[in-house]
Amino acid sequence: MLKKEYTGLANINGPLIVIENVDDVAYDEMVEITAPDGEVRKGRVLQVSSNKAVVQVFEGSTGLNINESRVKFLKEPMKVALSKDILGRVFNGVGEAADDGGQIYSENKYDINSKPMNPYSRQYPRNYIQTGVSAVDGLMTLIRGQKLPIFSGNGLPHNQLAAQITRQAKLGKDDEKFAVVFVAMGIKHDESRYFIKSFEESGVLQNVVMYVNLADDPSVERIIAPRVALTAAEYLAFEENMHILVVMTDMTSYSEALRELSSRRGEVPGRKGYPGYLYSDLASLYERAGMIKGREGSITQIPILTMPNDDITHPIPDLTGYITEGQIVLKRDLFQRDVYPPINILPSLSRLMKDGVGAEYTREDHSDISSQLYAAYSHVNEVKSLASVIGEDELSKIDQKYLEFGEKFENKFLKQDKFNSRDIEETLSLAWDLISELPEHELDRLSEKMIDKYYRRKDENGET
Amino acid sequence: MEKQGKITFINGPVVEAENMTGYIMRELVYVGKLKLVGEIIELDGNSATIQVYEETSGMKPGEPVFSTGHPLSVQLGPGIIGNIFDGIQRPLPFLEEKDGPFIQRGTRVSALDPEKEWELKILIEEGDYLKSGQIVAEFDETSVIIHKIMVPPGKEGEVIERVPDGRYSIDHVIAKIKDKEENITEIKLYQEWPIRKPRPYLDRLELGVPLLTGQRVLDTFFPIAKGGTAAIPGGFGAGKTMTQHQLAKWSDADIIIYIGCGERGNEMTDVLEEFPELEDPETGKSMMERTVLIANTSNMPVSAREASIYTGITLGEYYRDMGYHVAIMADSTSRWAEALREISGRLEEMPAEEGFPAYLPTRLAEFYERAGYVKTLGEENEGSISLIGAVSPPGADFSEPVTQNTKRFVRCFWALDKSLAASRHFPAVSWLDSYSEYLNDLEPWYKDNVNEEWFELRSRAMSLLKEESRLQDIVQLVGEDVLPDNQRLILEVAKLIKIGFLQQNAFDDIDRYSDINKQYWLLKIILYLYDQAQPLVKKSVPISQLKNDELFNKLLRLKNTVANDEIDKIKEFRQEIDDFYQQLADSYQK
Repeated sequence: MLKKEYTGLANINGPLIVIENVDDVAYDEMVEITAPDGEVRKGRVLQVSSNKAVVQVFEGSTGLNINESRVKFLKEPMKVALSKDILGRVFNGVGEAADDGGQIYSENKYDINSKPMNPYSRQYPRNYIQTGVSAVDGLMTLIRGQKLPIFSGNGLPHNQLAAQITRQAKLGKDDEKFAVVFVAMGIKHDESRYFIKSFEESGVLQNVVMYVNLADDPSVERIIAPRVALTAAEYLAFEENMHILVVMTDMTSYSEALRELSSRRGEVPGRKGYPGYLYSDLASLYERAGMIKGREGSITQIPILTMPNDDITHPIPDLTGYITEGQIVLKRDLFQRDVYPPINILPSLSRLMKDGVGAEYTREDHSDISSQLYAAYSHVNEVKSLASVIGEDELSKIDQKYLEFGEKFENKFLKQDKFNSRDIEETLSLAWDLISELPEHELDRLSEKMIDKYYRRKDENGET
Repeated sequence: MEKQGKITFINGPVVEAENMTGYIMRELVYVGKLKLVGEIIELDGNSATIQVYEETSGMKPGEPVFSTGHPLSVQLGPGIIGNIFDGIQRPLPFLEEKDGPFIQRGTRVSALDPEKEWELKILIEEGDYLKSGQIVAEFDETSVIIHKIMVPPGKEGEVIERVPDGRYSIDHVIAKIKDKEENITEIKLYQEWPIRKPRPYLDRLELGVPLLTGQRVLDTFFPIAKGGTAAIPGGFGAGKTMTQHQLAKWSDADIIIYIGCGERGNEMTDVLEEFPELEDPETGKSMMERTVLIANTSNMPVSAREASIYTGITLGEYYRDMGYHVAIMADSTSRWAEALREISGRLEEMPAEEGFPAYLPTRLAEFYERAGYVKTLGEENEGSISLIGAVSPPGADFSEPVTQNTKRFVRCFWALDKSLAASRHFPAVSWLDSYSEYLNDLEPWYKDNVNEEWFELRSRAMSLLKEESRLQDIVQLVGEDVLPDNQRLILEVAKLIKIGFLQQNAFDDIDRYSDINKQYWLLKIILYLYDQAQPLVKKSVPISQLKNDELFNKLLRLKNTVANDEIDKIKEFRQEIDDFYQQLADSYQK
């Protein structure tokens, strides 16, 4: 088909350009823009009326001018070419090769917006993934096909935790194919390097596909990057039958890019200036995790976001929490007390855990003991605030026991070396060691049967 | 010639078209070459604004808009129960069959299976004069639901033709009626009804029967009436969806309509996998035999999300008209409100609070007012619609517009508390922030059907909980040891109520559903213990003696050791309490 080229723009505003007197332009189609110096850029139609189109330029509009810039409409939505060759490669935010491996050529091109998965066709995720991190495995178990974000703050070790999970996660049995899709949105150069190094060290690099948009890359590309990455993940999972772990960082930069674009378009802002459709937009990314009935592969997502000012009620963590199936929340106070990983278990949660643990998957006592740990640790916090008023010595005996328990819980259960992987048996047994510090009658979440079987009763000398 | 408009502008789900004279407001239209489903939301001279229920990517100005002449409607007939639809009533199993696991655009399928035949029993004779809503035929739709074919609202007349009993598919004309103006109406197995128009009824009745949910904190402390409305607000992780699922499973309604509005895909899958396995405590049949699911997950088109709750409630009204008690769970109404906001933003309307359109309260009121306990047209049966909407306030801040406006139109408020959820106290319904305005309406029912002293018991328990929260404030400052023993006893008893009564484990086979009688006795036994222990405090028996670990633990475990039909075991427990405190009293007498 003949592709008409238009010369001249009506308006340039940040990454948005307006072209007038166009015809036959489709909503959401791809655009090629040639700058006066001959450089070719890509863009996408955001809005179209009978003779006018608003186009978002991925690389930004610096260097474009009104009279000489040329625009060509490509007659199709944004697509990426995908094949198995993408494994081990690094791409930029719009899916172009960023290493020296050359472009990917493939017959198969995929629309980056995908289509929503039919809820009826989904397979409910049940198989748990052992991450080797006690706090995660024991209390907020990750399930294959789940989306479980890490809510962090600037300066907290979320990257280390994500890298450790990626390194240690046993996504499936040994004969199953496993790969990582890593998408960086507006992260710093050294953060990106840290991930590459850690993938190298764990020897998974040839099974990693990276889409990298760094902090100084154009912010519009940031909106495209996760879509390209998830399209690649869907291809690997549902056509190549692989189990894919998608690490997405940092969702805060992504949302900020979205806000930037929205404000350029003059849209009515919602909370804190973010567009009213932030929820739907985030959902269109997160909901791409999952499994499909009758297909082997799966997509598990670990999005990372840094909460501005450590505020969990900020729109980005808030809306994310409403879409994802739980969250892992990091806490500065624990980090400062040298507890790694500094996971604040009380607001953390895995929604899919209920169906993925227990006798069939991990161990019969898993769900009860985790509920008991939550309840006990929650009481520890009440006791701590009481102790800060009346002093530890004035606490009742049982409350002092709780303090002791809290101390041990943080330092023995939560705290773990970055290169230490504990299997589920070890984690659960550690949990019982700790819970046995508390007298039996305090354990209202555990059935007598469980207590008889696992509780470590002490004799008069305090020996178990 | 058929009317045909022309697209002039596209911005996501909002499309403008010209040459639209003669189209009607809220008309269902097919947009573009792909014939995507859309609805007219604004008419201005020759042009119209259309909200499109499918993704508009690839659409061009100049493409046509086709008229249908009628508003966005649903098909009401057999095959609804047990099915799962999207927001505009497209059956998802059919979509999967046609398009595979991802939802494609422009796929048009009949909401109800046109091929399937139903075994009909015709209930009318030629010459009968039928009123609107009168039942023409009936048959088993599922093993628990008898479907009744009714004369559509607004139609009536004398039967001039009828078919004999037999097997018919939905398109078959089973009777013809002729009204006084000689207009003939054909009655088929289905009728169509616009989703935004409430279906008529004869009369609204007073509410006086509870919708029992098997959830102790709700039935006992904050009951909802059949035909009533409730809101469940809570931040993420507080257990909104879990609570909604529990209600869908255990409510004593005849039919459950569960609307997943802008929520997670896996949650719907969970329901789909779990419900067929669950047994209804009343009928012993699978839960799916009485459940309808509407799934418009967060990544599905936002305008269909807006329509989904109307679709759900219209299906509910249809079954209400047959004389059923329907309970509708909408999870979450905040996502619906956000869909309104998103579309309003694209229309560049002047925003009110937090970007929501100024008509948000009006829309909420229209929605919740479709609940009610009614006398139906025709047969004058009683039927009801109870509405339970989840609300997802940003940052769990209840002062935001959706929560505040919802509060104005619902009479039950089941506030979920994040700190309860964090300590894994489920259901995390806060007993201090929640309320039910139905208490007085329902008092007679509880007195007649459970026990005379029901309300007294409830009030006593409630005031103990209130007192405990006051005492906790003091404890936070000075510690528990300095309280006098009678107050420490209150703390212990409140703990019994919280753990032994309010907390309920959704995954425990016995605990997940408490019938109303068991609820009464569980609460009774806790207060009984209080009554026995209190006199001993006066006799200076120390609290450490009164709080016997074995006795207390046993009491706490009654909820998951005693099944609904073994209430005697709870009654017998009184003896154990008596014995223990008698012994204690004796030993202190000496």
